[in-house]
Amino acid sequence: MNEQHLRAIAKQMRRKILDISHTCNMSAHLGGGLSMVDLTATLYGDVMNYDRSNPSWEGRDRFVLSKGHGVLGYFSALVVNGVISEEVFNTFQTNESDLIAHPVMNLALGIESSNGSLGQGLSLAVGMALAAKKRGQKHHIYVLLGDGECNEGSVWEAAMSAAQFKLDNLTAIVDYNRLQSDGAGADIIDYIHFEEKWRSFGWNVCSLDGHDIPAIHHAFTECTVADKPKVLVAHTIKGKGVKFMENNNDWHHNRLTKPFYEQALLELEGN
Amino acid sequence: MLEITSSNARNWSRLGSRGVFGQAILALAENRPDLMVLSADLGNSSGLGRFKQSYPDQFVNVGIAEQNMIGVAAGLAKENYTVFATSFAPFIAMRASEQIRMNMGYMGFNVKAVAIGSGVSMAYLGNSHYGIEDAAIMRAIPNITVVSPADCAEIVKCVYAAADFDGPMYIRLTGGPNNPMVYTEEYEFVIGKAITLREGSDITIIANGTMVYQSLEAAKLLEAQGISATVVNMHTIKPLDTSVIDKAVASSKLIVTVEEHSVIGGLGSAVAEYKSGLRNAPPQLTLGLPDHFGKTAEYPYLLDAYGLVAGKIAQSIAAKYAE
Repeated sequence: MNEQHLRAIAKQMRRKILDISHTCNMSAHLGGGLSMVDLTATLYGDVMNYDRSNPSWEGRDRFVLSKGHGVLGYFSALVVNGVISEEVFNTFQTNESDLIAHPVMNLALGIESSNGSLGQGLSLAVGMALAAKKRGQKHHIYVLLGDGECNEGSVWEAAMSAAQFKLDNLTAIVDYNRLQSDGAGADIIDYIHFEEKWRSFGWNVCSLDGHDIPAIHHAFTECTVADKPKVLVAHTIKGKGVKFMENNNDWHHNRLTKPFYEQALLELEGN
Repeated sequence: MLEITSSNARNWSRLGSRGVFGQAILALAENRPDLMVLSADLGNSSGLGRFKQSYPDQFVNVGIAEQNMIGVAAGLAKENYTVFATSFAPFIAMRASEQIRMNMGYMGFNVKAVAIGSGVSMAYLGNSHYGIEDAAIMRAIPNITVVSPADCAEIVKCVYAAADFDGPMYIRLTGGPNNPMVYTEEYEFVIGKAITLREGSDITIIANGTMVYQSLEAAKLLEAQGISATVVNMHTIKPLDTSVIDKAVASSKLIVTVEEHSVIGGLGSAVAEYKSGLRNAPPQLTLGLPDHFGKTAEYPYLLDAYGLVAGKIAQSIAAKYAE
C-alpha cells in the first residue's frame, strides 16, 4: 500500500466532489458522499481488482453502493481512477445523464447496480457472493451501506443469510457517520451496540477510523476469518474534509453556491 | 422433459398446482446447471421437497425473509443464473414488492417470481394468505411479464418457457389439488400469445388461471341457451395479446373477462384499458373476486360463493347479454 498515493486519490476525489456539486448548480448529497471518500479511495486506489479499460471484465471484484445517495463518493472514485471519463463525470445531474443522484446500473461505466431504495444492496451482494462461491470464482464482493440505512429490516435479513451461507468473499462497509436525513441517528433509532449487532449476526467485525487509510487498507486486506462475511464499521465524519460541512447535517443534501464553494476549496487545500 | 398426455393430466390434476410446479422444476433441473431455486422457508409447501433433496446445491432457503430472497435472487441472476424465487402470493408480491420493483423491474434481472397458491385457494388459512391483488401490483411495474397458467399442464409449459425466457417474470399459480384440466395433450404455449380454445359468434370470454376451465364449461351451458361463445385463454396478462381483443371487438356483442383475482387491476382491467381506446367496442362484463376481505371457507365453497363456477358464470353472462 502506498499511503501517500491513496491520500492523493482521496484529495482529488474531494476536489471533484466540490467542483461537480458547484457546477451542477443544484442540490447534491455532499455530507454522505464526503464521509465515504477514504473508503472508496482505498478500494478503487488499491484494494479492488478491476480493469479500468474494461469495467465489465468477468474476473473483477464487484462494488455495490447500497447507500445509493453516496454517489459523489462513488463517481469521484470512478473518474479519478480512470474508469469513467471527465466528460461523463461532468454530466452529473444533467438531463438524461447516466450519472444522477443515485446509481443507475451501467457496467460500461463500472456501475454494478441501480440503487436509491435503502436496505437492498446487501441482499444483492449476498446473491452475487453466493454465485461466486457456487462457481468457485475468486473475485470479491464489496458493498457499502450507511449507518442510517441499517434502520431497514431487510439489511438484517441479508446479514443473517450472509453468515448462514459462510460468505467470506463478501465485505460490507458501513459508513458510520452517525447522521441521517432527519438528524442524529442517536435521536432517531440509536445504533447502540452496533458492532455487537453485526458480531451477533455471525459477522467478522472490524471497527476502525474510516478516515485512517492504513487502517482501512489493513481491514480490507487482513483481518479475515474463514467462512465469515466481513464488515468494516468505519467511524466517519459526515462532510469530512470541509470543516463547515463536518458533522453539519445542513449539508446532507444542499446546493454548493459560489461563496460556499470557494470557502470549501480553501478548507480542502488547507487539509 | 414432462409431456402432456391424458394419463399425466389425470395425475397432475390430482396433485394440484404446487405439486406439479415442483415436478416441473425437478424435470427442468435435469439439464440446467444454471438453475437456482429459492424459497423463503416454504419449500415443502411449494412442492419443492424432492427438488431440494435431488439438487441441494441448486436450492437456497433464505429463511422467512422474502425481501432478502428477491435481492439474493437478483444477485444470482446478475451472475447469469436462471433463478426461480418462490413463496405464497402475498408474501412475494406484496412483502417483497419494492425489491421486485428495483431488482426485476428497474434492473431487469432474470428472476422468475413464482406465487404459489394465488387467488383464494389457501381457503381456511384466510385472507392473509390469499393473492387477490398480486396481478394488479405486478402488472403496474415496468418490465415484468405476468403469467397465470390455466391448469397443471400449462404450469409445466410455463415453467419450461420461463426458464428459456430472458427477462423477469411473475408467475401466478391458482388452483388447489384436484385442479380441473384444460389440456390433456401437447399444444403450443408461447408467452404473450393468447390461445383461442373455442370459437363462437355472439360473445367472447377471456379468462386465465383456474377460470379458463370454468369459462369453457360456462360456454357449453350458454350454447344450450342459444348464446355462442368464443373462449380465450389469456395466460399472459402482461404483455397483453391485444389481437384477440381486436377480433372480439369486431365480432362479439359482449366481452367477458373471468379471473380468480380482484376485479380491480387484473385481467379485466387490462382488457378494459386496451378496449377503452377502440371505437364501437361492445360492453364488458368483468367477473372476478370482489373488492373486499370476506369470510373464509373451503376453496370450492369460496369459488361458488363468488360466482366463479361455470353455472354461475353462465348465469351472469346470460343476464348481461339479455340487457
